[in-house]
Order: sequence, then C-alpha cells, then structure tokens
Amino acid sequence: MQRDFYARIADEAPVDVVYLGEIVCSKRLPFVRDVIEEIAERLRRGGKQVVLSTLALITLARERKDSAALVHEAVCDVEINDIAALRYLAEGQPFHVGPLVNVYNEGTLDALAARGARSFCLPPELAIDAVTVLAERARHLDVGCEIWGFGRIPLAISARCYHARAEGTAKDQCQFVCARDLDGRPVRTADGRDFLAINGVQTLSHTYCNLVIDLEALTRARVTSLRLSPHDCDMVLIAKAFRDRLDRRTDPQTAWSQIEAAAGGVTFSNGFLFGDAGYKFVGAEGRP
Amino acid sequence: MASRARPELVCPAGTPAALRAAIDAGADAVYCGFNDETNARNFPGLNFSRAQMRAAIEHAHQRETKIFIAINTFPQAGNGTLWHRAIDDGADFGADAVILADVGLLAYAAKHYPGMRRHLSVQAAASSADAIDYYVQTFGVRRVVLPRVLTIGEITSLNSEIDCETESFVFGGLCVMAEGRCSLSSYVTGKSPNMNGVCSPASHVTFRHEGDELLSVLGDYTIHRVNAATATPYPTVCKGCFATEKFKGHLFEDPASLDVSALIPELAAAGVTALKVEGRQRSRAYIDTVVRELRRAIDSFAADMPIKTESLRYLSEGQATTQGAYRKAWR
Repeated sequence: MQRDFYARIADEAPVDVVYLGEIVCSKRLPFVRDVIEEIAERLRRGGKQVVLSTLALITLARERKDSAALVHEAVCDVEINDIAALRYLAEGQPFHVGPLVNVYNEGTLDALAARGARSFCLPPELAIDAVTVLAERARHLDVGCEIWGFGRIPLAISARCYHARAEGTAKDQCQFVCARDLDGRPVRTADGRDFLAINGVQTLSHTYCNLVIDLEALTRARVTSLRLSPHDCDMVLIAKAFRDRLDRRTDPQTAWSQIEAAAGGVTFSNGFLFGDAGYKFVGAEGRP
Repeated sequence: MASRARPELVCPAGTPAALRAAIDAGADAVYCGFNDETNARNFPGLNFSRAQMRAAIEHAHQRETKIFIAINTFPQAGNGTLWHRAIDDGADFGADAVILADVGLLAYAAKHYPGMRRHLSVQAAASSADAIDYYVQTFGVRRVVLPRVLTIGEITSLNSEIDCETESFVFGGLCVMAEGRCSLSSYVTGKSPNMNGVCSPASHVTFRHEGDELLSVLGDYTIHRVNAATATPYPTVCKGCFATEKFKGHLFEDPASLDVSALIPELAAAGVTALKVEGRQRSRAYIDTVVRELRRAIDSFAADMPIKTESLRYLSEGQATTQGAYRKAWR
C-alpha cells in the first residue's frame, strides 16, 4: 500500500520534495526501514528530492540506536525532528529542521543554520508576523523556510500511547491498533463535537490546516515551500490544486473547491497563521 | 555512598510571600520568573517585578538559598528584547542560574554571561543523552530539568552518559505531553505555553449549567461535563473527558498530580542532583506545606529513616496522585 502510494506520488504529484520516514512512533520504525530504500529510489526516478525524516521524540536506547543507524545509512538529506538527532549527523553534514523542533525566532534559526541547517519547516502555531521575520532571516542566510500548508496539525507528542490507552492497554502491548486509523482516530468532546485526533503517541487537530487561499500572503512573506501532510484522500489532486494556485493557473476559490472535493467532507482551518485559535478559519484575502 | 547523597530541593514561588515561605520551609533553591511573557507561568497577579526580584535574591542569599530565574518561553521573532533583558537583569541581580528553553536564548546567555549558570528548562524537552549532549557541548548547560517522559531506569542510564547535573520533578502538576512541544492550548485559545507562557488560560474559561450538569468550557470546546453536585474540574485540555470510538473518559490523563516523594531514594540512586516542585501559581500556604513535607522526606532519606509524606496527598489535584512516567506502565 505504501509502495503504491509513493509510486503515484513519484509519477503524478507535482511536488518537489518528499519527506519519508517515521516521525511519530519508534515501534513503527522497523516497517519503514524495510521499504525506505526502495521507495526513495522510486521517488528519485520520478524526479523528486527525498529527505529522510527522523523521530519526533527520541528517548529509549532503541530509539537512539535506530535513529542513529537511519541517519548514518541515509543516502539522502536528513530532517531532524528532535534535537537529539543532531548528534547522529556527521561533522558538517547538512540537514533540514522539521516542524516539531522549536524554531520560534531568529536566534534559534541562526544557531541551527550555523550548524548546517539548510531549511526550516516552522512550528505550525506560528503566526504570519513571526513567519515573515523568520522567512526574511532564512533568505538572508540562504536557507529554505517552509510552513505547514495542508493536513491535520501536529499538536502534541507524548511518551504515552493514546491509541493503546483507548483500547485499555499500554504502549508495550499496543498490537499496532493505530494502523486501523490512517487519518488518526477522531476524538470528540463530551457534547459529541469533533475536537482532536489521536495517532498513537501523537495528538493532531480535528481540522485540516489549509492555506491555499493564503498563498499570496505567504509568497509575499518569502516563504519558500509548503508542506502537505498526506491523508487518506487523493493527495495527487491536493498537490495539483496547490501547484496550480501557486502558478496562478487557478484563483483561490477554484483551488479551495478542488481541495474541498478531494479531501471529502473535512473542516479546514488557518487560525494559527493569523494568531488566532488554531481550529478557526479566519479572514484571508481570497476567502471563499 | 551515592545513594545517601542528599538531593537539592528546588521550589517554586510566584510571589515574594511564597518565596519567603519556601525559604523558611527549607528550600535549597527557589525558582521564579519576571511578570511578563518570558516565563511559562505568565498568570495575572503572579511573578516578580524587577525590584521584587532584586530584593528576593538578596533575601535568599542572606539565608544561603539559591535563586533560579525561569526565562523559559520562546522569544517572539523580531521582538527578542524582552527576553534578552530578562537575562541581562538576572545576571545583574546576581541570580544563581537562569532556566532557559530556547536555543537562541541559550546562545545569547552563553555569549554574554559565560560565568552565569545555565539550566535547561523542562520546556526544552531534552529527553535523551544525545539531546542533552548538544546543549552541554554547545551552550555549556550545567543542569537539565528532565522531561516527565522518563522512567527511573532511563534516568539512571542517562545520568551515566551525560556531563551535567539533572533535576527531576517530584511533586505538583503534570504535563502529559512532552513539555514545550504542545500546542493544544493555542489550538483552542490562540494562547500558547511556548509563546505566551500560559496553558488553557483562565481568560478563556467559562462554566455553564445544563440541567443537572456543569460544563467547564475552554474557548469553544467543552472539556468536562460533570454532575453539578461534584467538584468542577478546571478545563485543561489534556486532563479533559473525551470520547473516541468505544472509549469515553480521561483519554490523555486522569486529573491527578504527580507525587513521587516515595521514590526519593530511587531518584537519588539514579544520580539526580535536584528534586523539583511544580507550582509557581500556588498559594503561600500550599508552598509552605509542600516544601516542609518534602524537606522532611529528603532529610529522613539522608538519615536513612523511613519517608512519610501521606499529607501531601490532600494537596493534590482531586486528591489523586500518580507516579506518571517514572513507572513504565504509565505509557
């Protein structure tokens, strides 16, 4: 299934970079390691740049060992999602900084760029003012500045597995119940209102971030790339909608409608970008 | 013997009165913050003005107690002056350490005040020897406040690998998520622990009756729905009651406080230098009781006497306690 998904991305999705790897749960890591080389090769044949993403929470001896091995074996660029991964990089090896590393300001961006960071995917909760300052700094340092553009927003990571807890068991006996929920398992309030989604040790938003109508503002802010987080929907169509809008082949309303149709009955948000609550959808230039 | 080294007791203070209480009750060190967004307990009416901080440090030093200043939020891009000034003033007032989480701030402090001790805040979530090594090698961090995701076994092996001291939470509120890496509060309210120093802030809380039930609501979301006759839980997102498929209840964590006072011997044996109490938002009376109890517990341990801390239970959230991630089954 993974192979089919990436084969289609390789051949049909108009994206430049594909981040591969397991960033959420170390228990899933072995499955990824088995197929990663083959998938990376497939993507490269499709003309995509491949970046290997590492775990967001590295704690256990096994997690340290596996993460170090993945970084050492990598034949492509590496993205770090926990400061620990810096130690696995070879001296002077360039790297990318993922959205789960706390880069909130120029001081941090400078320090990591000085260590070899080639691009930064900023924390999804940052608002446009901060994004603008950081994108400008990134440009000055000649490194990339990416933001979270589509998909459920990663809100928290924990040592505890909530999928396992919801099944009345613990992480060690999880039996990979999370695999049943490709988009995460919906979490509702006591009133029955959709709220969050759990993905093993990770907690995601219920809403899907969707910045397609904010692309002009982001371009003005000199953001260099957008991250689309894959969901169980036609990601080729989603990617095309973003690409077409970026290339000005469509207007914001059309792009929005295309994404709405492809994602199928989900609620979109862009509140974080405007300094508001993240679940909200707030005013933007091209608001449909 | 290593197991009889007496761990340092590090206590919180949100006001000068709480600070004096903590010192009188036997704290070895007190941590506190300035009254602005530079600290992770940025609540109305809490924390120290410049004059209060200067006086607090003088008062503490006369009583041979250390003061650590928590500057543990992440500076706003383009507006770091407030955070830099907090470090400047901490150094000027003679603070014994600054507790920092942001890489940029660590770089600033290491460059401008190499002689001032830098502690790594729990908000940096350095949860492995590899992460800690980066902070020690790059910024000369002398002590790391350990994230509440580690078991005692993991702390033991971590301490054998790193070149700095560790400080471990022993009592108080408990983050369920890796600290400093959680946007649940800002997703609901727009106010974030990392940027604003608040989590599930009171300004966004409402309580509402619906028939026999009482709802505690954060922003637009009902976090608890309980029988109106029972005590009303505060709507912190990760302690709320939710439903997912068959499961209904406290999906992330029960409303309980961390209490590992009974594990003091194990933590000391694991090589932990200091034991930390959460709760800068707590009252002077609470601080007095908790610090006194823990002082007694640590002294009993040092004297090879049994540790008794039952009375701490009555000070816990919902009077329920947990040993959290220190026990592996928690995961």
